[in-house]
Amino acid sequence: MIHSLFLISNAGDLFLEKHWKSVISRSVCDYFFEAREKAVEPDNVPPVIRTPHHYLINIYREKIFFVSVIQTEVPPLFVIEFLHRVAETFQDYFGECSETTIKDNVVIVYELLEEMLDNGFPLATESNILKELIRPPTILRSMVNTITGSSNVGETLPTGQLSTIPWRRAGVKYTSNEAYFDVVEEIDAILDKSGTAVFAEIQGVIDACVKLSGMPDLTLSFMNPRLLDDVSFHPCVRYKRWESERVISFIPPDGNFQLMSYHISAQNLVAIPVYVKQNISFFETGSSGRLDITVGPKQTMGKTLECLVVTVHMPKVVLSANLSATQGTYNYDPVTKILVWDIGKLNPQKLPNLKGSLSLQSGAPKPEENPSLNIDLKIQQLAISGLKVNRLDVYGEKYKPFKGVKYVTKAGKFQVRT
Amino acid sequence: MLGMSANSVSYNEQGSVESGVDAAQENSSIPASISGGGAAFSLFSADCKKNEDLKEMLESNKESLKLEAMKRIVGLIAKGKNAYELFPAVVKNVASKNIELKKLVYVYLVRYAEEQQDLALLSISTFQRALKDPNQLIRASALRVLSSIRVPIIVPIMMLAIKEAATDLSPYVRKTAAHAIQKLYSLDPDQKEHLIEVIEKLLKDKSTLVAGSVVMAFEEVCPDRIDLIHKNYRKLCNLLVDVEEWGQVVIIHMLTRYARTQFVSPWREDAVFDENSEKTFYDSEGRRVDQSKPYIMDPDHRLLLRNTKPLLQSRNTAVVMAVSQLYWHLAPKHELSIITKSLVRLLRSHREVQYIVLQNIATMSIQRKGMFEPFMKSFYVRSTDATHIKTLKLEILTNLANEANISTILRELQTYVKSQDKAFAAATIQAIGRCATNISEVTDTCLNGLVLLLSNRDETVVAESVVVIKKLLQTQPSQHSDIIKHMAKLFDSITVPMARASILWLMGEYCEHVPKNAPDVLRKMAKTFISEEDIVKLQTVNLAAKLYLSNSKQTKLLTQYILNLGKYDQNYDIRDRTRFIRQLIVPNEKSGALSRYARRILMAPKPAPVLQSAFKDRDRFQLGTLSHTLNSQSNGYLELSDWPAVAPDQSVRIVEVVKEAGAPLLGKSKPGKSAEKFYSDSEEEEEEEGSSSEDSSSSSSEESESESESEENSDDSNKSSSSESDSEKKKKTLKNKKLQQQKPDSKDRYWSHSKALLLFIMTKFFSIHIVLAFSNQFVANCRCSLLCLCVFLACQFDAVSWHVRVSLQASFPVFVPETSHELLHRMTGKGLSAQYRFTRQPCIYGNSMVSLQLTLSNSSDQALENIHISEKSSTGQNIHRFNAIERLEPQASVTVSMGVDFNDSTQAANFQLCTKEDELSVVSIQPAVGELLLPITMTEADFTKEQGKLLGMNESSATITMTPENISSQSVNRKVVSVANLGVIPSRILLSVSL
Repeated sequence: MIHSLFLISNAGDLFLEKHWKSVISRSVCDYFFEAREKAVEPDNVPPVIRTPHHYLINIYREKIFFVSVIQTEVPPLFVIEFLHRVAETFQDYFGECSETTIKDNVVIVYELLEEMLDNGFPLATESNILKELIRPPTILRSMVNTITGSSNVGETLPTGQLSTIPWRRAGVKYTSNEAYFDVVEEIDAILDKSGTAVFAEIQGVIDACVKLSGMPDLTLSFMNPRLLDDVSFHPCVRYKRWESERVISFIPPDGNFQLMSYHISAQNLVAIPVYVKQNISFFETGSSGRLDITVGPKQTMGKTLECLVVTVHMPKVVLSANLSATQGTYNYDPVTKILVWDIGKLNPQKLPNLKGSLSLQSGAPKPEENPSLNIDLKIQQLAISGLKVNRLDVYGEKYKPFKGVKYVTKAGKFQVRT
Repeated sequence: MLGMSANSVSYNEQGSVESGVDAAQENSSIPASISGGGAAFSLFSADCKKNEDLKEMLESNKESLKLEAMKRIVGLIAKGKNAYELFPAVVKNVASKNIELKKLVYVYLVRYAEEQQDLALLSISTFQRALKDPNQLIRASALRVLSSIRVPIIVPIMMLAIKEAATDLSPYVRKTAAHAIQKLYSLDPDQKEHLIEVIEKLLKDKSTLVAGSVVMAFEEVCPDRIDLIHKNYRKLCNLLVDVEEWGQVVIIHMLTRYARTQFVSPWREDAVFDENSEKTFYDSEGRRVDQSKPYIMDPDHRLLLRNTKPLLQSRNTAVVMAVSQLYWHLAPKHELSIITKSLVRLLRSHREVQYIVLQNIATMSIQRKGMFEPFMKSFYVRSTDATHIKTLKLEILTNLANEANISTILRELQTYVKSQDKAFAAATIQAIGRCATNISEVTDTCLNGLVLLLSNRDETVVAESVVVIKKLLQTQPSQHSDIIKHMAKLFDSITVPMARASILWLMGEYCEHVPKNAPDVLRKMAKTFISEEDIVKLQTVNLAAKLYLSNSKQTKLLTQYILNLGKYDQNYDIRDRTRFIRQLIVPNEKSGALSRYARRILMAPKPAPVLQSAFKDRDRFQLGTLSHTLNSQSNGYLELSDWPAVAPDQSVRIVEVVKEAGAPLLGKSKPGKSAEKFYSDSEEEEEEEGSSSEDSSSSSSEESESESESEENSDDSNKSSSSESDSEKKKKTLKNKKLQQQKPDSKDRYWSHSKALLLFIMTKFFSIHIVLAFSNQFVANCRCSLLCLCVFLACQFDAVSWHVRVSLQASFPVFVPETSHELLHRMTGKGLSAQYRFTRQPCIYGNSMVSLQLTLSNSSDQALENIHISEKSSTGQNIHRFNAIERLEPQASVTVSMGVDFNDSTQAANFQLCTKEDELSVVSIQPAVGELLLPITMTEADFTKEQGKLLGMNESSATITMTPENISSQSVNRKVVSVANLGVIPSRILLSVSL
């Protein structure tokens, strides 16, 4: 299936290659470079590129292009999903997935890639299994290894590989047993000029950090499971129990993982926590424009809005911005034409405002369309949909673990058209 | 990028030519990150010296130095630099004890073996040895590397290794074997027939680990051998949920293809679908026919749809897409809606995932608008989306447009037209055009909107509008002469060639509607003709010709002027066109009959273009495939066949009963199938450990769930049970449902009639945990009760702890069967006959051996001399031979004992019996699973301890039929011990076994 993998930095530097079948010359990437150049923005590179003899399927993540070479028919999502899994594994192992960390850990990267694919077909992608085969690098371990000469590579087949619960490794032991769940909800919305929602929906995920000894069997139940319209689960969740009882029953993987993601049914009205009063205009003459943005709280359920950031993709003709903000800092990048206004915590008594003038390229026609605003925000201790975890029960083990649930609401793709 | 230029010499292989070039580059960039102790190696300034040093390090005695060297070499490989001259030094370390070093050497070998074939052969023997290693990880990785070395000369060795690994007891090794099949096939396609045999064998494998990989091999090697799937179809459907996610994708795609060849179409117009068809699976065929429905779905077809449905909730986007395409291609149309939500959910995923999913939705939305209409808003474009995502969303919105939602969509499209992304704005205009033609109610609105856009400042927007208006006007030109006039006025300000050409064409085509403007436009064109683009020139010639025919008085001179210009144009298309037009419209003696028809040729009414989706024809490809994404057939694309008119024989999928009642427990040990089994297993444990009361109140909801499920079916199973008992065959096919099906309707009764037993076995490589669960069923109208005996063998690969455990005392077998089996018939043995039986005693020759008693008799009329087993053992088993028998008189017989190490598999041991004169034929002994066991008594505490170490599950099952009168614990005991070497513990546990 997957013949070869090339990692290419955003700058166009091909810094790693791995072949699972016979070697394919890296000149095949020329087709990719061609497409990359044509696309201008890295996001616009088509994920599937056809070349005379091969197909290149690529993803762009953390400023790295993962370019895989395919020779025969394969479901493209299969490759894309796998490449993302590779990137996630690197992130998991090295803390971040960047060109530097990959170059620094090239041997581990190679060993990982060797284990993850055999003849181009995925072999082990569960992080719990991989970590038993190849231990992640830590400073302590590398020191111990240098002294004792022991290695990072496991000698026996990870127990998970053969069991019916491949995601969990055996013999997990913790002195303090803890299980934490983060309910993270994101509001996706498009607001039109007048501030009414053209489209709004809530998507959520439950991230878990489970550090429990032995083989615990957990059950998580909600106060209001009816809110959840569409769900997708980590393979550990027993789907049948969800279908029949609306509880989430599972033997968790060890460590951090995403338990589920969900979508709130469309019947529920989405509370929009923020409103934006904006006025951006460009003058016919004088190559200038004016900008005036005020942000205020709307339906916040009594919580404070935090980490408020307004991002504006300005038209190409905007050369510079001379603005003043009553709160927070703003920055206009004349190269990418992005204006970022970092507000921080929203004070309902004194609404933040950004006002000033924009200067345009002289002679150029005034922009047709006003730029839309993208908003980022965070509300702690609130799941905007009202979803509440009822209880978490542990079966199969005797100890009493620490349990915790945290709620956060964020803005997802939250856009205000102007 | 230097490396690239070097490599471009040979596209697919990096020949040795480059090594010099690459070597030259290497010294400039010693990867500082890789050389941990960078300072120590900084002295290598010259390249050859550096490689010398790597060589030295590899040849040193210190493991750490070797490892360091290998790490740096891997770093070189990763950078695409050449390190192949180090091959001899590296290959020496292939047998290293250090597992990390070994793995890195493997990486190197696989990369360079193709270029250094002779040297690579040196390593082969190491792998062959490793293939026999007790550690399954080592066996598997040896096979992986051996099969990855692309050296044609070792094909026979690879073939042998694959065949052997395919019968390995470890499913992980078998999985590796499945991968190796594809590698060998690509190396030597001539091996196809042999490989198909292995595939056939592995397809029967019940392990979820193997399933995905072997189906992958099947798809690659012999996708046309659909007959191999028949018998495994139901098993694959049932395993599917528990297969790892990548395997699921492959299996689902294969099953989609399979189903299209085996079932009839569920898409008939009149098909009234029976919602209760879930039941049909368990129902007797007869009842279904009575209902006289026009279409009845094959139960196997239903099984596939039902078992794939939960996978729509998978976190793996590829799995969700695979299930969606399966439903699209196989499900009755009214069931399709369940995939919508899942597909829309995928749109939240990464950019690349969105791209593929949107493409598939685009194809689907053409045929079935209704599916995605409720989710229309999910396809609204954001200014931050990538261009190709925007275009696809637009495409879908256009497909979804209908009378009801068109006003919403048009409002949305209006905002897009203003987008800064001009390519996207242009695409939006095209979309508006399509909406206008498809929905006649809004044609005028759209047209007016487009005309407004003609005054837009951006040229691409205007040009696109002109092109779209041109297409729209063709549908109803007479009503819109004012628009054409407006466009004539705009003509001067428009510079985009395509737009200019479109206006010229409109003028010519409808010159009768704008009799005043058209000649004027032609006049302007005559002025600028030479500086126009080719496409504009062609349309100018057309316009001239059409005006000449309709209004020759005003335009004759102009036309001649333009034709003269065209005659000497640089472009031959224009010259040709000009010549042709001149002959056609200007009458002269040579032109003949054709010019009489000039008017009819040029002014013929032209059909309006149909504005349709670019995804219109994509449905010829299976959804979710690469070919669909590219809209062209890619290598290795497997066509989805049309539904057969008549369903092929359904009975091919029925799995026969392999063993009859009372036969030895022959089923191969395979890991358990599902998490459910795992839980129900621990369930029974609790019961055994907890108290003797068989109260099921402690049973977790897991159990009650399966209970409730079985309750649904219990009615059917009761009714059909009488038919089942005489057609045991049928029941067998539902093997995985067996337990539930046999349960009587109430929970309590089930538990009171069943007994759970725990057994514990260990052999050299495996500790096996056995649960014997019996349930006997007293169904009133049942003639005989069935006793179901399930043995779950949980295996864990654990060679190390074996040494600790051998100290356990083996207990005496309860029962030693007297039956002996024929090994060699006197006819084939030229007078010598041989029989064997299992003595069920601990073998004196070795802990891991099974002891056998061999009876040799001479039925010929002369004495046989020197009877012995040939030294050449043909299979891998370790055999302890009996001492050669010097002389065997006629009609005499002698009994000898021998030991065979079956490696805990039911693979037959083959060996050759020889006499002084003859080498007789090869004989084989195939052990039943029960004979590989050895009873051990241990305390309950020990037992639970060992049991806690168990992880994997193997299952082996057999059915014993007994008459109800005969059921007692003794008779059950007798039956059980006759098939398996088990011990009896007198306490509340009926039996206990260990080795």
